[in-house]
Amino acid sequence: METFENRGNKATKAGFGEGLLMAGTRDPRVVAIGADITTSVGVNLFAEKFPDRFISLGIAEQNCAGFAAGLALSGKIPLFSTYGVFASLRAADQIRVSICYNNLHVIIGGAHAGVSVGPDGATHQALEDIAVMRVMPNMTVLSPCDASQTRILTLQAFERSGGPVYIRFGREPMADFTPEDLPTTIGRAQLLIDGKDITIIATGHMTWEALQAAYSLEKRGIHARVLNIHTIKPIDEEAIIRAAIETRLIITVEEHQVTGGLGSAVAEVVSRGFPVPVHMIGMADRFGESGSPAELMKKFGLDSKSIESAVLRMTDKKK
Amino acid sequence: MVSQPLSDPLQLKEIADDIRISVIRSLAEAGSGHLGGSLDLADIFATLYFSILRHDPENPAWPDRDRLVLSIGHVAPVLYATLAHVGYFPKEELMTLRKLGSRLQGHPGRDLGLPGIELSAGSLGQGLSVAAGMALAARMDGKTHKIYCVLGDGELQEGSVWEAAMAAAHHSLDNLVAVVDRNGVQIDGQTEKVLRLEPLHKKWESFGWSVLECNGHNHSDLLNIFRSASVLRGKPVVIIANTVMGKGVPSIEGDYRWHGKVPTKEQAVEFVKELVDRKIGG
Repeated sequence: METFENRGNKATKAGFGEGLLMAGTRDPRVVAIGADITTSVGVNLFAEKFPDRFISLGIAEQNCAGFAAGLALSGKIPLFSTYGVFASLRAADQIRVSICYNNLHVIIGGAHAGVSVGPDGATHQALEDIAVMRVMPNMTVLSPCDASQTRILTLQAFERSGGPVYIRFGREPMADFTPEDLPTTIGRAQLLIDGKDITIIATGHMTWEALQAAYSLEKRGIHARVLNIHTIKPIDEEAIIRAAIETRLIITVEEHQVTGGLGSAVAEVVSRGFPVPVHMIGMADRFGESGSPAELMKKFGLDSKSIESAVLRMTDKKK
Repeated sequence: MVSQPLSDPLQLKEIADDIRISVIRSLAEAGSGHLGGSLDLADIFATLYFSILRHDPENPAWPDRDRLVLSIGHVAPVLYATLAHVGYFPKEELMTLRKLGSRLQGHPGRDLGLPGIELSAGSLGQGLSVAAGMALAARMDGKTHKIYCVLGDGELQEGSVWEAAMAAAHHSLDNLVAVVDRNGVQIDGQTEKVLRLEPLHKKWESFGWSVLECNGHNHSDLLNIFRSASVLRGKPVVIIANTVMGKGVPSIEGDYRWHGKVPTKEQAVEFVKELVDRKIGG
C-alpha cells in the first residue's frame, strides 16, 4: 500500500497565504480585503507585497462581503478572509444575496477551521461553516487536507472561470504530506489508499488521521480505502458511489458538526446512488472548548485511534 | 449611444409622471408588490436616468457607465419602469412584473438577464457595501465614472449600512453618491416611531460624509443637488431626499399602509386618473 510521508508540520493557513500570493503575482485583478485579523488569516504576505491591492475594511464582515461583491462586479477577483465562524455566519446573508445570487467570482477564506484552533475555545472554532456554505446555490466549498494542497486549491480558486468559492483552513501546524505529483483538481476526490473492506472518507486535517488509521488497520488485516474529499461541493459523486459499491461500508471523518457537513454530503450521494451504511465521525451536535489542539482532537474523537475503533466496530458487523 | 441628458425640469416632471403610470399599471397587473416607495422615487429616478447618469441603454455593459445600485430592492417597479422608459427594453414587458419566467423579478435579479440591472438585491442593508466596492474598484482602475446607490430610510436601521458608511468615508470614496429616500415611513408606521433615525443629517456627517438635503420631488432642486454632488471632492456624498410616500396620487400620499400594497385594477384606473387630473391642474 502507498505510504505518505510527513514533510514537516505546517499550518494550512500558510498554504492559503502562499496560494493567494501566487494568484496575486500572476493576475493583477486579484485584490484582498482585510478584516483586521490579516496576519491571523494568512493575508499578510499579499498585503505586504501588494499594498495597493489590499483594502482594509476593519471588523465589519457584512460590509467586507458586500464590498467584495462590488469589486467583483467591477472586474476584480476579490478575496475576503476572516475566521470561518464569522465568514460563514456573520456575513451569511450578504454571501447569499450579494455574492451567490449574483454568482460572483469572490473567494472567501475561512480560517480557524475546526476544534484544532485550540485554546480560543468554542466561539472561534468553525464547526458549522461547511454546512452553511454548501447550501448556498452557486457556491463551491473547499476543505484541503494539508498546507501544500491548500496552496494548490487556493490558486485554482482564483484561476477558475467564475463563481464564488469558500475555502476553509486551520491554524495549527499539521502534517504536510500530499506528494507534488498527486493530481489535484477542484471537484475531484483523491483515492489515497485503495482497499476493499471499508472506505474512510475524510476532509481537512482528518485525512492525515485517516491515513494513520488505515496503516494500523492494515496490520490487523483490514484493507481500508482512504478517499480525500477536498471539494465538499460540488462533491465527487462517482468516487463515492464507486466506494459504496466496492467496499459496502463508509465512514466519514471531519472537523465539523456531523450534521450538514461532509458526512451529510456523502450520505446524500450514497442514499441516491447505492445505499450502504455510513458512519459519521465529527462533532456530535455540540460546541468545542478550550484546550490544546491535540487534547481537543482526542477528547472529541477526532484522531486516528477513534477512526480505527469505529472501523473495527463496523467491519465486525459486516462479518 | 450615450443618451442625451435632459435639463428641463418640466420635461423631467412629465417623464416622472409617465413612470408613475407604468408603476401603477404594472403593480396592479402583478397583484402584489410595493407601490408607495415606487411612486415617491419616480422623480429621483427620472432625474438620474434622463439627466444625470452617463449611460447607454443600447450598451448596458459599457465599462465606463455610471452605475446605479438599488439597495432597496422592493421598489424594483420604479427601476423597471424607468429603464423601460429610457430605452433598455420594451415598455410592454413591464406588465410581466412578478410573473413566472419574467425578467422583472419581485426584487431585481440579474440572472434573468434584464438589461440595466447592476445588482441582484432585495435584502436590506447590502447595497451600499456593494456600491462602495464598485467605487473603490473604479478608483483603482483610474476610471472617472460614478456610483449612485439608492437607499430607503427605514433601511438605515440595518447596522451593515453604517459599516459601509464608515468604509466609504475611510477610503475617501468621492465617486460614490448615496441617495436616501426620506419618506419617513416604513411597514410598521413612521420611522421615528419604529426606530428613531434622527438626527440623520448629523449621523451621516459624523460618519465622514458630505451631506446634502433636497426636496425629492422638485426637479430643479434635484438637478442642482445631483450636479453639486458630482463635483464635491474628498468624501462620499449622501443626498437626503425628502419625499412623500405615494407621491403623485393624492388619495394615498403619505399613507404608510401603501408601502407594501398594490392597487386593484379598478383602483389603478382611479389612481392614474388622479395623477392625470393633477397634471392638467398643474
